[in-house]
Amino acid sequence: MLFLAIPLLALSWRAIAHLDNLQKAGRATVVDALVLSATTSLTSLVVIIGLGTPLAFGIARRSFRGKAVLETLIDLPMVMPPAVAGLALLMAFGRRGVLGGWLDDAGVRIGFTTTAVIFAQIFVSSPFYVRSARAAFSRVDRTVEDAAADLGAAPSRVWWTVTVPLAAPGLMAGAVLAWARAVGEFGATIMFAGNLPRETQTLPLAIYGRYEAGDLETALAMALILLVSSFLVLVSVRGLGGRLRLSAAD
Amino acid sequence: MRGRVVRAPVRFLLAIAILASLAIWHLPVSAQAQAWSCDVPAPATPAASPTPAATPQPVEFPDEGGKLTVFAAASLTDAFTKIANDLKAADPNLDITFNFAGSQALVTQIAEGGAQADVLALASPAQMKSAVEDGIPVEGSATFVTNRLTVVVPADNPAGIASVADLAKDGVRLVLANPDVPAGNYARQSLCKTAAAGGPSVEDYAANIVSEEDNVRSVLTKVELGEADAGIVYVTDAMTSGDKVQSIEIPADQNVVASYPIATIGDNPLAAAFVGYVFSPEGQATLASFGFDPVSAI
Repeated sequence: MLFLAIPLLALSWRAIAHLDNLQKAGRATVVDALVLSATTSLTSLVVIIGLGTPLAFGIARRSFRGKAVLETLIDLPMVMPPAVAGLALLMAFGRRGVLGGWLDDAGVRIGFTTTAVIFAQIFVSSPFYVRSARAAFSRVDRTVEDAAADLGAAPSRVWWTVTVPLAAPGLMAGAVLAWARAVGEFGATIMFAGNLPRETQTLPLAIYGRYEAGDLETALAMALILLVSSFLVLVSVRGLGGRLRLSAAD
Repeated sequence: MRGRVVRAPVRFLLAIAILASLAIWHLPVSAQAQAWSCDVPAPATPAASPTPAATPQPVEFPDEGGKLTVFAAASLTDAFTKIANDLKAADPNLDITFNFAGSQALVTQIAEGGAQADVLALASPAQMKSAVEDGIPVEGSATFVTNRLTVVVPADNPAGIASVADLAKDGVRLVLANPDVPAGNYARQSLCKTAAAGGPSVEDYAANIVSEEDNVRSVLTKVELGEADAGIVYVTDAMTSGDKVQSIEIPADQNVVASYPIATIGDNPLAAAFVGYVFSPEGQATLASFGFDPVSAI
């Protein structure tokens, strides 16, 4: 317990103590990295929810040949070391990659762009959402859906007014966790997207770069931001978990 | 009732997500790397030979061998590994462990992380000075080799680079080490010299930088993979890549001499012996074979 608490307390204490010393250049680095992290992680989240929700619903409701394989494939990026993920993305979408070469000929550049950051984030954090969404959808009481259909609701209306609200706490918990993972992504980003302020240098990359350069003040300031947001993530997930228990009890 | 309670936060989250996605498209499309200032006095050109400090006397390795930890700049990876293999072949009881990384990273690891090193070999005197300022007890710092820069491009040279000035052409994907890495600093100084000699300005080069790596070998890897159109690395790095990259020479008057200092930390007797070997004719010959410029006669 102490082993977990002491580093967190030490980080908070030193970061707050150093906050006054933050130079102008440091402040610019922090703002640039923060804006980039926020916009890329939220964009990734939109894509993950948009594509992951139908996927999770399909897996929850249907059984088909190869379902186990698909589920393993979806879980894989969660277990895979980020460096391996980075290498995999490079081999697929890099300039000389399997798909990347063809895209490069078409004039589409992915490597070293913000798009690459988003690709990396989606790759590593989508399992968090899909797993949670799949569990949430399978927990939804089918009899309530059937009742709504019997009363004359079209399937899409059943989906939006019955299924989604009942699954919502699980969906949101998954979304929040996926977002947290996306914000923290480092290994795959630095290998596939590169490291350039305002283009690909997210908060974790900036922290690492500033630390290596001996600029501890700026690194600590950014670490404090991520620490606070991680704390908020946990609080919201626990809150959603409470609601989940409530809705299941009904 | 439950649906209404849950829908509000969902709508809120969606709104934020959509706003964020809209915002991202308004980010400056070409996020430029910072153009750097060229006011710093440039180091000596390759024509002037660096004055060697008092060269340490070669020391015998004790027969019982022992453990030695060497922190060395990334560009020394192949040369120092060969030196270690030669030493271990002569004395199998020797156990030499390396940590190769950007010089700035090595200094931070020792100063902040409390890493233990017996020998410290860096790619710039400025980083050795930084180590001293951070309170690392280095002893006997002396220059043991020098190095020069070169432009490297992938083997097929997709962007058609033929000179340093071509690096400023529209759309060239240039990768450098970040400014805190000696190689990144030297590269920027060299580009300052090229700009001063007429031709593209420093801003033009900066506009083409697509990534700033934390050590020079990462720059080389990006070029080897073809992800970058060009990078600036040491001539020794280009040599290790062989056919995978092409070198475009940087003229001597626009090039930069990189002086590599080496020092011991603590009182491990093997450290002094290692440094002694590095300065010996055998050690200097090994370094020269990898493309470094030796400081003592071979």
